[in-house]
Amino acid sequence: MADLTTTFIGIKSPNPFWLASAPPTDKEYNVRRAFQAGWGGVVWKTLGSEGPPVVNVNGPRYGVIHGADRRVLGINNIELITDRPLEVNLREIKSVKRDWPDRALIISLMVPCDEESWKDILARIEDTGADGVELNFGCPHGMAERGMGSAVGQVPEYIEMVTRWVKTHSRMPCIVKLTPNISDIRKPAEAAKRGGADAVSLINTINSITSVNLDDFAPEPMIDGKGTHGGYCGPAVKPIALNMVAEIARSAETRGLPISGIGGVTTWRDAAEFMALGAGNVQVCTAAMTYGFKIVQEMISGLSDYMDRKGFTSTAELVGRAVPNVTDWQFLNLNYITKAQIDQDLCISCGRCYAACEDTSHQAIAMSPGRVFTVKDEECVACNLCLDVCPVENCITMRELPQGEVDPRTGKVVSGYANWTSHPNNPMARAAE
Amino acid sequence: MTNSQLTPGIVPGRLPPQAYAANFADIAPPLDAHEVRVAADRCYFCHDAPCVTACPTEIDIPLFIRQIATGTPEAAARTIFSQNILGGICARVCPTETLCEGACVREAAEGKPVEIARLQRHATDTLMARNAHPFTRAAPTGKRVAVVGAGPAGLAAAHRLALKGHDVTLLDARPKGGGLNEYGIAAYKTAGGFAQAELDWLMGIGGITLKPGLALGRDLTLAELQSGHDAVFLGLGLGGVNALRAEGEDKAHVLPATDFIRELRQAADLAALPIGREVVVIGGGMTAIDAAVQARLLGAETVTLVYRRSKAAMGASTVEQDHATQNGVRIICNAAPVRLLGNGAVAEVEFAYTEERETGLHLLPQTFRLKADQVFKAIGQTLEPVPEGIAIDGGKIAITGAGRTSISGVWAGGDCAQGGDDLTVAAAAEGRDAAMDIHLYLMGADHG
Ligand SMILES: Cc1cc2nc3c(=O)[nH]c(=O)nc-3n(C[C@H](O)[C@H](O)[C@H](O)COP(=O)(O)OP(=O)(O)OC[C@H]3O[C@@H](n4cnc5c(N)ncnc54)[C@H](O)[C@@H]3O)c2cc1C
Ligand SMILES: Cc1cc2nc3c(=O)[nH]c(=O)nc-3n(C[C@H](O)[C@H](O)[C@H](O)COP(=O)(O)O)c2cc1C
Ligand code: SF4
Repeated sequence: MADLTTTFIGIKSPNPFWLASAPPTDKEYNVRRAFQAGWGGVVWKTLGSEGPPVVNVNGPRYGVIHGADRRVLGINNIELITDRPLEVNLREIKSVKRDWPDRALIISLMVPCDEESWKDILARIEDTGADGVELNFGCPHGMAERGMGSAVGQVPEYIEMVTRWVKTHSRMPCIVKLTPNISDIRKPAEAAKRGGADAVSLINTINSITSVNLDDFAPEPMIDGKGTHGGYCGPAVKPIALNMVAEIARSAETRGLPISGIGGVTTWRDAAEFMALGAGNVQVCTAAMTYGFKIVQEMISGLSDYMDRKGFTSTAELVGRAVPNVTDWQFLNLNYITKAQIDQDLCISCGRCYAACEDTSHQAIAMSPGRVFTVKDEECVACNLCLDVCPVENCITMRELPQGEVDPRTGKVVSGYANWTSHPNNPMARAAE
Repeated sequence: MTNSQLTPGIVPGRLPPQAYAANFADIAPPLDAHEVRVAADRCYFCHDAPCVTACPTEIDIPLFIRQIATGTPEAAARTIFSQNILGGICARVCPTETLCEGACVREAAEGKPVEIARLQRHATDTLMARNAHPFTRAAPTGKRVAVVGAGPAGLAAAHRLALKGHDVTLLDARPKGGGLNEYGIAAYKTAGGFAQAELDWLMGIGGITLKPGLALGRDLTLAELQSGHDAVFLGLGLGGVNALRAEGEDKAHVLPATDFIRELRQAADLAALPIGREVVVIGGGMTAIDAAVQARLLGAETVTLVYRRSKAAMGASTVEQDHATQNGVRIICNAAPVRLLGNGAVAEVEFAYTEERETGLHLLPQTFRLKADQVFKAIGQTLEPVPEGIAIDGGKIAITGAGRTSISGVWAGGDCAQGGDDLTVAAAAEGRDAAMDIHLYLMGADHG
């Protein structure tokens, strides 16, 4: 069993699996049980300023996208930050941290956008023993209408300003949580870095309407006949989150800035993917809300087994390993040529590849009597749609044409690496030297 | 006096009263809403799907399953009924392991096909539960067609003809319509009076007049029918049964399996239906299996099904064979009856073992006897009575094309006609296709 101990911006935890700031981390009862279950750390549910806490709606606060077996693919929520008094939260945080010194405990914060408010809250959390703070610049609903959350996260100048206040008034490590509801994720990350952030975490939830009630004509979840957009999370958002993490990890301006990866982490494999793309650890919300705290046991055993297989002795060896292989389209090798091939022994003759290629791709699959499907190499452009829609694993594979072989589609001999930057069809191509 | 499974002879009430309802309950109860979604999601929506080809009525299965998956079971039902108006009974009785589900690519892939029949039942039940008829009749054509036999073939033909605007007279010799749906199919496949409910629902198209208790040959002749109608469709089924041709066949308590099943299907109280303690069923098809299983379910202590050829040659599919053995039926293959013994009533049956050689089936000298106080013969049905003046081929009404008989203006389909399997769904397909041919004939004739 590989050791999963992870140090993230100086904060040590027995594994890289933290619970994200959300209902699972809303109170002492939950967090104690989460630590008992094995979670390496938690980011406490976002705290607001002193005074009467925010209120939540009293109707449903979640919308959901289900797969056929009611598998939860995505959840959207209209919950706000904690609706419990600040003092209660602080007392509980202190008590939990005292009993679980080896676990990471981060406090998530969201207060109005003025220096006094931030100075005040930072002073109040000082003696909880918490390991750091996370600035919630992500919440896309409710709080944003009041000039907080993603209303701040969408303006890089505000991010920089607030981060600087926090670094001025506190010695705690500071993570800035980014909203994905922005067109270029690198900009807020750069701002956080300029403000002195120790790390960024992403993504918070995505603006969304999960479904529309077709009898009452209102979005779900419906509160007394009306709905509002909520924040989307869970497995469905993972591809979006992965890309955003990779963009920050490989950008010259933000390279090396520690990242806590969030968004759809459901299994050890999801976590490993985030880490390979540069996340130093991961945070989980929806998976815990769907299956309970116990899933961390699968994450721990799965990641350890994987690291053993790979011979990694520390999670640091995994972090960022795939980053050098994330590149721009223009640098992809245009002379890398593959052809789909169908394993006739595995083929169950469903014909899905045929329908896909014939109707929507390149008419490169032949259907012969007896429901035999074969690829026409002279038509196949290697899009791999057939492979994607094939229900049988490994039945369709992509065969790489070795250099020197003729591509029957173009009649050209396969040659070495060459990309778009020097392609004759590119008007901007640099003349070959 | 209370009887038990051990009571000698042929007696009613062998089981505790509550056992009958459980034994004859729906064998494949409807899927619940969640099961439906999971089952529907397993369909790959194959291109030119093999299941469709395997269905004699060519229902667009991937389409109807997708309609179910997207929450529109009534649209799914219309897809089904547009090809096969008897989609409801077919969902219950089709031996799908040899039809659509046998052809499902997931059967090839993992030995677990998409549950097509149960999904079909979900769709058809949903629409029929509203008692809604999904189609509207075309404007009346003024043409009159007689359909003889209200079994699956006749019903499918009558419905399609009525749909096209023709006036249909539907006669049947028996007091109720439905054919073997009502009098033959195993009780646990058509639980809840489904056959009559389906018949009533089907008649909802309008334009069909059902005349039960009227037999062709007995009450009126084919020529009479023809003179009063523009066309005639014969869906007579197979009314006769093959003889064993074994010594002692005429002893008491030796009867056609179809008679036993008919009585069972019509029984108001199954506990009142007498059944033997030791029952022997002779035959290897669906009828033999159904008779054997239902004899067990009525409380017979031992039921032995004896078939003269190998297990592989049995007409009943392996699924049906397994169903029989699971219900405690003992199956003996490669044995043929030679003598029925007993004093007045049958008491024992003597069998000779058989061997299949190139020259045919041979009886071996080795024999054995089975105790039997009731013997059901299920070795095939025959066309009876044969309508006058019609060409016969291989014991069935000779046809060309979509059911055209040797007599102009007379069509035939279902079990009574040549070709196709003797299955409900095949009868439905043949009835429908003959109706379309009749329709073209009638309308073509109209326009010279
Ligand atoms: C015991 C048994 C179990 C079966 N189980 C299954 C099963 O599980 N699945 C399956 O697919 N198939 C099964 N079959 C076969 C299936 O029932 C038949 O293939 C199907 O019913 C044939 O339909 P049909 O309309 O041709 O004939 P039938 O259903 O036999 O209908 C013929 C109708 O014509 C009427 N008729 C006959 N002669 C005259 C006349 N002279 N005048 C007026 N009316 C007349 C009869 O009364 C009857 O109503 C089974 C058959 C039997 C016997
Ligand atoms: C009900 C709910 C409430 C949330 N509340 C907060 C919050 O108070 N503060 C915060 O920073 N993120 C909040 N989030 C966002 C999560 O921390 C996390 O960023 C997001 O759900 C994506 O991760 P996931 O796909 O693992 O759920 C909330 C999410 C959910 C579902
Ligand atoms: S890879 Fe694309 S083009 Fe080639 S056969 Fe498959 S679907 Fe057709």
